[in-house]
Amino acid sequence: MTVRLQNEGAEAAGETAAPPVLAAAGLRVAFPGRGGRGTARAVDGVDLEVGAGEIVALVGESGCGKSTLARALLGLVRPTEGRVLFSGEPLDYRSRALKRYRHRVQLVQQDPSGSLNPRHTVYEAVAEGLRIHEGATAEEERRVADALSRAGLRPPERFFTRYPHELSGGQRQRVVIAGALILDPEVIVADEPVASLDASVRGEILRLILDLRAELGLSALVVTHDLGLAWNIADRVAVMYLGRVVEVGTVEEVLSEPRHPYTRALLSVLPESDAGEPVVLAGEPPDPTRIPSGCRFHARCPVLASGEAEREGIADRCRTEDPGILPASGGDRAACHHARLHG
Amino acid sequence: MTLLEVEDLTVSYRIAGGEAPAVRGVSFSLEPGSKLGVAGESGCGKSTVALALLRLLPKTARIGGTIRVDGEDVLGMRWGRLRAVRWAGASIVFQGAMHSLNAVRRVGDQIAEPILLHGTAPRAEVPERVGSLLERVGLPRWRARSYPHELSGGQRQRVMIAMALACEPKLIVADEPTTALDVMIQAQILRLIDDLVGGQGIGMLMISHDLAVLADTCDRLAVMYAGRIVEEGPAAAVVADARHPYGAALSAAFPRIGDPASRRAPRGLPGDPPDPADLPVGCSFRPRCPVAEERCAEVDPVLYPVPGGRSAACIKVRAEEPA
Repeated sequence: MTVRLQNEGAEAAGETAAPPVLAAAGLRVAFPGRGGRGTARAVDGVDLEVGAGEIVALVGESGCGKSTLARALLGLVRPTEGRVLFSGEPLDYRSRALKRYRHRVQLVQQDPSGSLNPRHTVYEAVAEGLRIHEGATAEEERRVADALSRAGLRPPERFFTRYPHELSGGQRQRVVIAGALILDPEVIVADEPVASLDASVRGEILRLILDLRAELGLSALVVTHDLGLAWNIADRVAVMYLGRVVEVGTVEEVLSEPRHPYTRALLSVLPESDAGEPVVLAGEPPDPTRIPSGCRFHARCPVLASGEAEREGIADRCRTEDPGILPASGGDRAACHHARLHG
Repeated sequence: MTLLEVEDLTVSYRIAGGEAPAVRGVSFSLEPGSKLGVAGESGCGKSTVALALLRLLPKTARIGGTIRVDGEDVLGMRWGRLRAVRWAGASIVFQGAMHSLNAVRRVGDQIAEPILLHGTAPRAEVPERVGSLLERVGLPRWRARSYPHELSGGQRQRVMIAMALACEPKLIVADEPTTALDVMIQAQILRLIDDLVGGQGIGMLMISHDLAVLADTCDRLAVMYAGRIVEEGPAAAVVADARHPYGAALSAAFPRIGDPASRRAPRGLPGDPPDPADLPVGCSFRPRCPVAEERCAEVDPVLYPVPGGRSAACIKVRAEEPA
């Protein structure tokens, strides 16, 4: 069993004992289902930690709840149950405290063409957050210039009066990142930061995120469907399926020696995968208003379907017994009865 | 007979104050039963090539060169013949099925449309034909009565494929068929395309920004940059050992999980592609090229042959060739 996994990234940043910068504890977020169909349990019990200076990738398919979890960590959605912790302190949802919190934990959104106002210049876009949080300041221009150059737009003055449509996709993404950096956050939560970018630009933006960690000690939670991105920049990875983290560990552990059958299947279908015969799961990920009983993955699980679980004598448990919530640190790596037999 | 032959294709768009060349002399051919991938980034001209094949470009586009489908010249075709060739001779699967399907018509009616238009099957047999097409793409027959919004992204892409197959074309052009789909759904769709195309002697041209997807699916691969093919060859060889510096950079930008070289080391390419209306002198990749030399400003390289049935548009490749 692996008990060592938690603090590798934190150690790299020279800290071991401090509480994680950002954490979810027993977090649940439920929404009323569409058309009155029951309740959608978008996040259905998640423990997760991001250490100081650590980059954690939260991966999963559309609808798995990863964006809702990110929004809850940002204080944009109130959890139905459980807590969000910042430096060990529970998040305070009163409006002034929340505003202070959003100063320190910044969202970097996907699709820069959608999140930038086409009528605002680069200067206005980057200064906006500063004005909201600190009002008009004498050093505004200097701080906008600093943020732009940290985001790799140099010399910054050249970009002040440009409009989004005059920039390339990569430059627009850098403007969005500059808008987050201007408030000197401790954590950034990046939702698919490179999904709409060309491959050659993607590498440049990912390198920027690594540089920011090295220079500013930033922590990051990167929400993505792209396992290659996790391999490129993350220290740890959490794989989400239908509202739960089903596997968590260091990038090397999870991506090189996956234990959960879902993680294995995801890796096996990547183009140019070395993971042997592709395991293409049939059907679509099920609906969060109807989460299966027992293990939530059991209806699509290749280990159960192949009869392997039956031979191991765990098939009934897979169908009826919830493998539970994975702890954020230490202990168990995969929420799976089969993986635990072989752990 | 060669299924698709494209020779020196050029496309330019009229813009304020002149013309912008989007495709600058592209040639390739495709045999029945084979799959050619065209890779490249936004604005490289790959989708313009796809649209030109079936003359689906806007009126502002000027097309030159020749395109032959089954030996027949597409650019010189009269309107009636062109309509017959679309769907029945060659059909196209677009990216983003959400926007390509009509939102207010049942998907069964949309699949039936090309069949009725071309009289491929007698009217009374059309519902049966639609049902069997849905089954071939892995959807239940009752889905014919669904509207696009009732389907997931993957299911809509299956409907698009059913439409493309409706008149049993010999050539399918797939433009980013799996972009915006999750990996597992992408794998389902690619496997479906492979099964449907592989067994039937259908030729396929697949266009994508995703080199890894193309390498997995196609036999041969062409990499486009600034309106030209800059590298061409067997798919696996091009990805593993690209000979053009752009091909190499693009290939390195797709990390292989487990490869220590890309761990904590994302690789990209600084700079942006050139403005088509203002191309650099000499090699158009020169401003971004990590190995450019002075003479690259003097020569606009064409595709030079490389051993192994490959070619690359880089003067360094030519220099390596024995005289």
